[in-house]
Amino acid sequence: MDLTIVLILLQDGVVNGAIYALLGLALVLVFVVTRAIFIPQGEFVAFGALTLAFLVNGKVPGTVNLLVIIGILVFVVELLAALRSRDWSGLPKTLAWSVALPVALYFAAPFIASTTTPLWINVIFAMALVVPLGPMMYRLVYQPVAEASVLVLLIISVAVHFAMTGLALVFFGAEGWRTPPFMTGDVHLGAVTWSAQTFFVLGTCVALILALWIFFGKTLYGRALRATAVNRRGARLVGISTNMSGTLTFTLAAAIGALSGMLIAPVTTIYYDTGFLIGLKGFVAAIFGGLVSYPLAAAGALFVGILEAFSSFWASAYKEVFVFTLIIPVLMWRSFSAHHVDEEE
Amino acid sequence: MNISQSFRLSALVGAVALALPLIASAQIKVGITVASTGPAASLGIPERNTVALLPTEVAGQKIEYIVLDDGTDTTRAVKNMRKLITDDKVDVVVGSSVTPSSMAMVDVAGETKTPMISVAANAKIVEPVEGARKWVFKTPQNDQLMASALADAMAKQHIKTLGFIGFSDTYGDGWLNVMTAAAKEKGIKMSAVEKYGRTDTSVTGQALKLIAAKPDAILIAGSGTPTALPVRELKSRGYKGIIYQTHGSANNDVLRVCGKDCDGMILPAGPLLVADQLPDSNPVKKTALAYEKLYNAKYGAGTMNTFGGHMWDAGKLISTAIPLALKTGAKPGTEAFRSALRDAIEQTKNLAASQGVFNMSPTDHAGFDKRARVMVKVVNGKWVYQPDL
Repeated sequence: MDLTIVLILLQDGVVNGAIYALLGLALVLVFVVTRAIFIPQGEFVAFGALTLAFLVNGKVPGTVNLLVIIGILVFVVELLAALRSRDWSGLPKTLAWSVALPVALYFAAPFIASTTTPLWINVIFAMALVVPLGPMMYRLVYQPVAEASVLVLLIISVAVHFAMTGLALVFFGAEGWRTPPFMTGDVHLGAVTWSAQTFFVLGTCVALILALWIFFGKTLYGRALRATAVNRRGARLVGISTNMSGTLTFTLAAAIGALSGMLIAPVTTIYYDTGFLIGLKGFVAAIFGGLVSYPLAAAGALFVGILEAFSSFWASAYKEVFVFTLIIPVLMWRSFSAHHVDEEE
Repeated sequence: MNISQSFRLSALVGAVALALPLIASAQIKVGITVASTGPAASLGIPERNTVALLPTEVAGQKIEYIVLDDGTDTTRAVKNMRKLITDDKVDVVVGSSVTPSSMAMVDVAGETKTPMISVAANAKIVEPVEGARKWVFKTPQNDQLMASALADAMAKQHIKTLGFIGFSDTYGDGWLNVMTAAAKEKGIKMSAVEKYGRTDTSVTGQALKLIAAKPDAILIAGSGTPTALPVRELKSRGYKGIIYQTHGSANNDVLRVCGKDCDGMILPAGPLLVADQLPDSNPVKKTALAYEKLYNAKYGAGTMNTFGGHMWDAGKLISTAIPLALKTGAKPGTEAFRSALRDAIEQTKNLAASQGVFNMSPTDHAGFDKRARVMVKVVNGKWVYQPDL
């Protein structure tokens, strides 16, 4: 093992770690606002990457149909809620984003899906297809049980994870896909060659982390989310809608997941079930931050990525063992250091 | 309605209910459990698709196929098999797609005296033919058969040292065992052994270690599109030696994902993969082309996949054995028929299927010889038959 190998492994670890960091951040975000351990986070990675892969290969992805079906379900649920409360004011808005938008995307898809469409249009279209799934999922699955215990939310997350993996298998098939890189070319830095795509991945991660920091620190919506995170009941008393917070959180989580998928799809092959393992490593990272701290989660993610790269060099057969064993001392340290808080405040 | 009337009515209903299964069992039933979801879905889906192409009538007997999904889960495979045998009263079971599930099903086959045809590769499923394995056959080629073909090709290409990177599961381990033995016979040294996971997003560490060991060639033992990742990584890190693969990657999706990085890669495969390039004298060519035509006609041009061929061959074995079994006079749905069917499959001689020629015997329930494998090289993103390797 010489310096070159160390540098290459570090590079590999940092790039993977950056993706885990994004997923870790999304997991922390969802947990603090809704108290749900969002296991399906990884599925957005697979959905984002595979939807893009289908579009650039000139095929219409099944996500298009899924969006229409779930959109209509959301509208029906909202309609029933409106019937019960006799309050019709929110319906036109729901109709617009849960029915009109998916239907418009459904009819636009055959025109976008072609091998000649510029990549960035495909990326935007794929985002438009995958991101609304986040808030729709919140409305259908999580909002009705928003007051349930963490355990119930966890069980529901497991169910959603299995449902989404199954749907992904139906839509995208069992074999893996790759997408063309956002940027081509190589950069020589000392002994190590960096491809432009890795810079793009790292750059996007840093930009996203900064954007999240600004969003939570400086904007009204971001502060509202933080208020909900600190104390749900208190936030509601001062007029912050918990449903709005949940919807916003899931939109962000879906966007982060889908974008991460599109970032790594040119570097690695994505399968319908890839998301789970990536999400799980993001979860290990999130545990580092005790599911509340963004910087600690990001640092944990980098550590997981680098550890993974080095263990794949030294003892490739036990790579996953190293990564997931890591969670045990971290959990012990967290349970000894954190003061106990009652689950129901 | 008085008591005697209601008694008569219920007796009538009971008689009808008893007669129904008799009417239904007048046809032959084939139970199938494959992994159409879960990690082995890339094998199970073409296998399931192939069922729709199998003959529905042989020797005047209708054949009904009942297909279940086991999700690549051993427990579910066994549960499916028990359900097929007890509820559906099938005469033969086909499946499952992977070795662990098939191994677990063997005991059920012996216990219920039901013939079973596995579509998984490992030789242990049918060897040695004794006890419960008397009831078990399999259609894919043994890994040993493929490994010895690889070792022969390596010897011809003057390979002295071999690097190995395989799945960190039974597929990779199985291949490591058979390849180490086959390579040793040809005087090839296994100089570096690495493992990786099917869903890994990076194999940089393993690739660096392999390259550092400087082997003349590297064998990648995996199945489906995950085998493209090490090839790309090795190429991008500047590896110049020959890259070999197993028949697990004989799949057009691999070429799609791998692109030009896979050019020059060499692998053993069933003759079905390059059926149109085989000489006309090859006994497998006709059946293989027939299957390819049927599959592509139903599911779209270029969708045929060699894994489905194993299911097609299982169908061939069954439909060839049925007339023989019927000659014994046993009725479908009975234990006598199942036993007759088992005996008939065991007597299969010179049956040209899509992946080779079957010659079953009381000591060999796999039945393939060297005609069941060819060496293939990837040239410009196409599989090219290599008669000289």
